[in-house]
Amino acid sequence: MSAILKIRDLRKVYEGGFEALKGVTLDIEEGEILALLGPNGAGKTTLISTLCGITEPTSGSATVGGYDIKTQYRQARSLIGLVPQEINLEPFSYVGANLHFSRGLFGKPRDDAKVEDVLRKLALWDKRANRVRELSGGMKRRVLIGKALAHEPKVLFLDEPTAGVDVALRKEMWDVVADLKAAGVTIILTTHYIEEAEAMADRVAVIRDGEILMVERTADLMRRLGRKDLTIELREPLTAIPEPLSGYDLCLGEDGLSMTYSYDTQADRTGIAGLMSALSEAGIVLKDLHTRQSSLEEIFVGLVEEKGAPA
Amino acid sequence: MNLRAVQAIYVNEMSRFFRTIGQSFISPVISTSLYFVVFGAAIGSRIETVEGVAYGAFIVPGLIMLSVIMQSISNASFGMYFPKFVGTVFELLSAPVNFLEIVLGFVGAAATKALFIGVVILGTAAVFVDLSILHPLAMIAFLVLTCLAFSLMGFIIGIWAKNFEQLQLVPLLIVTPLVFLGGSFYSTSMLPPVWQTVTHFNPVFYLISGFRWAFFGVADVAIGWSLLAIAAFFAICLVIVWQIFRTGWRLRD
Repeated sequence: MSAILKIRDLRKVYEGGFEALKGVTLDIEEGEILALLGPNGAGKTTLISTLCGITEPTSGSATVGGYDIKTQYRQARSLIGLVPQEINLEPFSYVGANLHFSRGLFGKPRDDAKVEDVLRKLALWDKRANRVRELSGGMKRRVLIGKALAHEPKVLFLDEPTAGVDVALRKEMWDVVADLKAAGVTIILTTHYIEEAEAMADRVAVIRDGEILMVERTADLMRRLGRKDLTIELREPLTAIPEPLSGYDLCLGEDGLSMTYSYDTQADRTGIAGLMSALSEAGIVLKDLHTRQSSLEEIFVGLVEEKGAPA
Repeated sequence: MNLRAVQAIYVNEMSRFFRTIGQSFISPVISTSLYFVVFGAAIGSRIETVEGVAYGAFIVPGLIMLSVIMQSISNASFGMYFPKFVGTVFELLSAPVNFLEIVLGFVGAAATKALFIGVVILGTAAVFVDLSILHPLAMIAFLVLTCLAFSLMGFIIGIWAKNFEQLQLVPLLIVTPLVFLGGSFYSTSMLPPVWQTVTHFNPVFYLISGFRWAFFGVADVAIGWSLLAIAAFFAICLVIVWQIFRTGWRLRD
């Protein structure tokens, strides 16, 4: 595989001195799905805007399919489809006309069959003669995706495609993305949700304060970060972990009424089944059980602490 | 040259016009009729001729210019401001197009709409007064150039404006006075000498004078000056637009 998108030391300083990108260097392979993960204000949208030509970079360079985004912007931008975070559509325009417009704007000849195909894939064909303002929020978002796909991009940027979208629609979006990947489109999506990255992405890049903190294969990342805590609430307090349970990585709560067991969700054997039978053999009565996974915020905090550790 | 993009922008802009074609047609017909009732009938009965032309006919070129200039500016400024307002401008900025293609699409559509209004007014005027056009080709050329030049100006206003108030500001405070004081309804020879001199600094005056010459063969200034004025105005607007896109002013962060 070769890199379809090469970003080299890309910096963006806004008027007023805010440094949104602090020298981003990143390669994105052809045909992969890369999730750009980061909290609000991390620079995700600035990075995408800069690559698409909406924001001028302060320094650094980037190429799309070998074309420089500044000096060969026509060729570079022809390859890119952008689905913005905000629902930016003319309320009075028609759905079908919107797709034809995008195609024309990107220099492609009118192609009714192609537009129909895109609309059908996005379950919008029935709405082709409707005005945008008559659509639900989820449909509007799909119109935006349709506009980006209408001109047959090789690289697709999805800026928070599932922000504020309900669970059913989110699943639908994931399916659309999977289809695109199967068709060979390279996809860069930004998200807050780690499960979204886990479900779709081949690789994950974590960005914070305008810097890429790490880029890792999703599987590796999940293994590394995929630890869960199982909290066991007890009916009777304990003063110490009973002997038969000493083989498990257990931690007793201060009040003696709860125990926490940490395990790896990706492991073949989590040890939970064994722990349960050991508990019952030891005659310990359970009141309740619950598990929790490290949130994305905690992962960020962990990463940042790691970076700032030397002191 | 991405001609398909020019076409796409043009068609998209024109579709908005066609959605409200009724309004676009009716309002100039009504306003022109009102002008003829007030200026033509009421005032025209006291001023019989101006420079040998019946007053009712004399005001026709000025009337067309007035509407065409205002329409060009409002169409183009709204056309460019609206995508900024609803956010769709992102697509223009991320598309493989250069400034000339964007300008051609937007300005071409705005000028077409204004031209349509100009023709409607001309047709309405022909109902009220006897009109003869001495130099039809020059008349068409002046009309088209004026539509283009002022659409270009409107386009600049659309990029500059940060809200709807600003969008109205320039037409209201600058363009309307220039058009009214540019001799739409009178010959500058009717003014005192001081005001005649002042009028010569008004660019719109040259347009109206030239346009009137195309109709009646009478003008306040030589036709060459009129042509030069509109060419210069056009060039200045074009340079400003080119600079805006080169620097990304009010468009790109």
